[in-house]
Amino acid sequence: MSVITPHRQLPPLGPTRRLKLPRQAERTLGNGLTVIVVRRPAVPLVELRLWMPFGRVHPARGHLLTQTLLSGTETMSSVQIAAELQKIGGGLSAGLDPDRLMLSGTGLATGLDRMLEILAEILTGANYPSAWVGIERDRLVDGIEVARSQPAHLARTALLRRIFGGHPYAVQTPEPEQVRAVRPAALRSLHAQRVHPAGAVLVLVGDLRPERALDAAEKALGGWAGAGRAADVPPIPPLEPGPLLLVDRPGSVQSSMRVALPGAPRTHPDHAALQLANLLFGGYFSSRWVENIREDKGYTYGPHSLIEHSVAGSVLVAAAEVATEVTAPALLETIYELGRIATVPPAVDELEQARQYALGTLQLGISTQAGLASLVSAYAGNGLRLDYLAEHAARLAKVGVDDVTEVAARYLAPSRAVTVVLGDAERIAGSLATLAPVETVPVPC
Amino acid sequence: MPTRRARIPATRYPVERFTLDNGLRVVLTPDRSAPVIGVAVVYDVGIRSEPEGRTGFAHLFEHLMFQGSENLEKLAHFRYVQGAGGTFNGSTHLDYTDYFETLPSNALERALFLEADRMRGPRLTEENLRNQVDVVKEEIRVNVLNRPYGGFPWLTLPPVMFDTFPNEHDGYGSFDDLESATVADAADFFRRYYASGNAVLAISGDIDTAEAVTLIERHFGDVPARPAPDRPDFAEPDLTAERRTAYTDQLAPLPALATAWRVPDPVDDFAAYLPYVVLAEVLTDGDASRLVGRLVHRDRTVTSIGGYLGFMGDPFDVRDPTALVLQAHLPPGGDADKVLRTLDEELDRLAQDGLADGELARTQARMATHLLRETDAVLGRALRMAVLEQQRGEPGLLGELPSLIGAVTDEQVRAAAATLRPERRASIEVIPGGAR
Repeated sequence: MSVITPHRQLPPLGPTRRLKLPRQAERTLGNGLTVIVVRRPAVPLVELRLWMPFGRVHPARGHLLTQTLLSGTETMSSVQIAAELQKIGGGLSAGLDPDRLMLSGTGLATGLDRMLEILAEILTGANYPSAWVGIERDRLVDGIEVARSQPAHLARTALLRRIFGGHPYAVQTPEPEQVRAVRPAALRSLHAQRVHPAGAVLVLVGDLRPERALDAAEKALGGWAGAGRAADVPPIPPLEPGPLLLVDRPGSVQSSMRVALPGAPRTHPDHAALQLANLLFGGYFSSRWVENIREDKGYTYGPHSLIEHSVAGSVLVAAAEVATEVTAPALLETIYELGRIATVPPAVDELEQARQYALGTLQLGISTQAGLASLVSAYAGNGLRLDYLAEHAARLAKVGVDDVTEVAARYLAPSRAVTVVLGDAERIAGSLATLAPVETVPVPC
Repeated sequence: MPTRRARIPATRYPVERFTLDNGLRVVLTPDRSAPVIGVAVVYDVGIRSEPEGRTGFAHLFEHLMFQGSENLEKLAHFRYVQGAGGTFNGSTHLDYTDYFETLPSNALERALFLEADRMRGPRLTEENLRNQVDVVKEEIRVNVLNRPYGGFPWLTLPPVMFDTFPNEHDGYGSFDDLESATVADAADFFRRYYASGNAVLAISGDIDTAEAVTLIERHFGDVPARPAPDRPDFAEPDLTAERRTAYTDQLAPLPALATAWRVPDPVDDFAAYLPYVVLAEVLTDGDASRLVGRLVHRDRTVTSIGGYLGFMGDPFDVRDPTALVLQAHLPPGGDADKVLRTLDEELDRLAQDGLADGELARTQARMATHLLRETDAVLGRALRMAVLEQQRGEPGLLGELPSLIGAVTDEQVRAAAATLRPERRASIEVIPGGAR
């Protein structure tokens, strides 16, 4: 971080402004729904996030339900739902991950009551009209076909299978024929079983008064009942290092490299130190890995390393799309940087730089309504509240060089890595085999 | 009975504008609701200005602006921004190139130092140039060459619609052109386009205006004065006969189609342009929109359709010539001709019968939400205002957009739809070569 013969000095940073959390309120309704409201009146909008526990749902049914949840109710057609939401500047969309079903939306703050009313109508009355389900089924199948033509998706699919084995997280995209077999009755039954308020969390953020918004949410959603079942996802299995899995994609002009390592959940004592160790390795632009394989060697455009948190466990994934001809050299540098962080203590100023980045981006993340809503919703997924942000900042401030070194040795050691590469096997298998045993499989269809 | 329309809310961000002696224009928009700032520097040069034989050069040069400058060695820019808790990036557009940071507000002076230093001059070396040519090639592979529908339609449709190099060429660039780029080219490009008089600095968020003015003068005041170059006229005549082409994408599993029509000058004829921005949303925003209803749900001739202004989806930061673009993905065996015929039918219907009761108002309310949401981020505000200052001398327009959009009438949308005739249309079809 030195500067060559500066005749102008970099100005120092001003005094740090204290982390100030916005006003919030929370209520758990009689039906088990938790409502969290955060006031940030910057623009006259409201952000809505609702998630429901949705683990262990068959991927084909889960995905089709997600795609048809807004398809109509006894009293409203899909078009009416969309038009009524538009009237208040609003919109809702549904999303799915292996743990949850999520509804997200934004609208004018003046339309909050109406948005909640429409939300309640959907949650209690979605009826999955056959004609509409048929259309969405075909669209979902086409979407899966397109996803399967994308290298990032194929690499992800292979990685999930490799690291999760028999765990429910292993398969997250359904087969087209499984989707084709789903009938509307199965969706109605899944809705009745799993779209219920117990354990669900609704987050509202924006230009609103917290107590008034809690009342509005209670009025609209207090009558949402459902005594469906929950389903716990078992803890994820430990990573089992083995041969490098090479997924053959003939003609690929790049190789998609994915390296999985153990992670730690937000509530784990190692979390803060591991977050910083990951930043030092490859978690931000000024990391060793990015400076090495992009800014020094030019092997790749956007390498990044991220700790992914799910309910059943956390995994660290380093991902890079590298030129086919430098696939093995790029893997070599990756192993080198992992080995270096796992065995050699980082410099003090290098750690300080990563710490400032971690602390600063906490501030940036809560500076918009949308960022705040997503963060509060994600934290709630780990049973945490926004106060955690301040506690986490305090923990980040305390992490020392020794902590990072110790955590890196346990989590980032290349001997613990599971590696998947998607690329043109004919061109890269030989050189990869000089670095690790290689098991080659065809691209999944 | 007419439906009640939601009142379109407004935000009034305060705006200060001034110009330094060296010609640098500055826009400040303070907002102390969170301890963060957005800093944007926008240069009035983009893809349309790059020389023939140097496709992709504006973007390559953007990368070089991060490779060190007078007082900063390579990697220093990234480290100083991130080490202050901030994030950074840059992007190259048809008519401008932007460089930006979001930071905790205690890093204001540092950001000004970093931007001023590279405005005085980046370190252009052979080694950095070769390194970034490699990086850009990987960027093109990941975004275009190694994925289905790469560059569709933002790179593939302009050559159908336009005839002159500035408007039709591939802004990512050919590998040959990128590899032929020299340090001398870069120095020349900098000298010509990266002039203080050709730039706008915008800062939004947690700033004290008086203090910011002092700091800006301290850091940018001695950037050598260089005037803005003359901006060439990129005008092209409108189409008078339909243009249609197709290509095979070896990685794509399903067909796709994009079609575009020229629209009025977004800057010089803003009042005539605005109805087209609204029209695109009337046609394609969500399940209650006309084309989604007809093509996705009734006819099932497309699986998705979107509509927007500008090839890069940039309605308020692009100059003439530009277009309204519709883009659709088709099911297996989909019939592009049929989709185009249906588009004509729906546009005719809109032009003849006008909008349904409440259709315009709900679309406008939704557009207001999108605009307000985008400006909630300090960086969104700084970037938008910088470009509005550069292209229009009117950064405060940002706050007025929701109400201006809200004032567009049924009649204007109808009249806009009536101009989207088949003979003015340029279309491109993706033929799937990757069917499994």
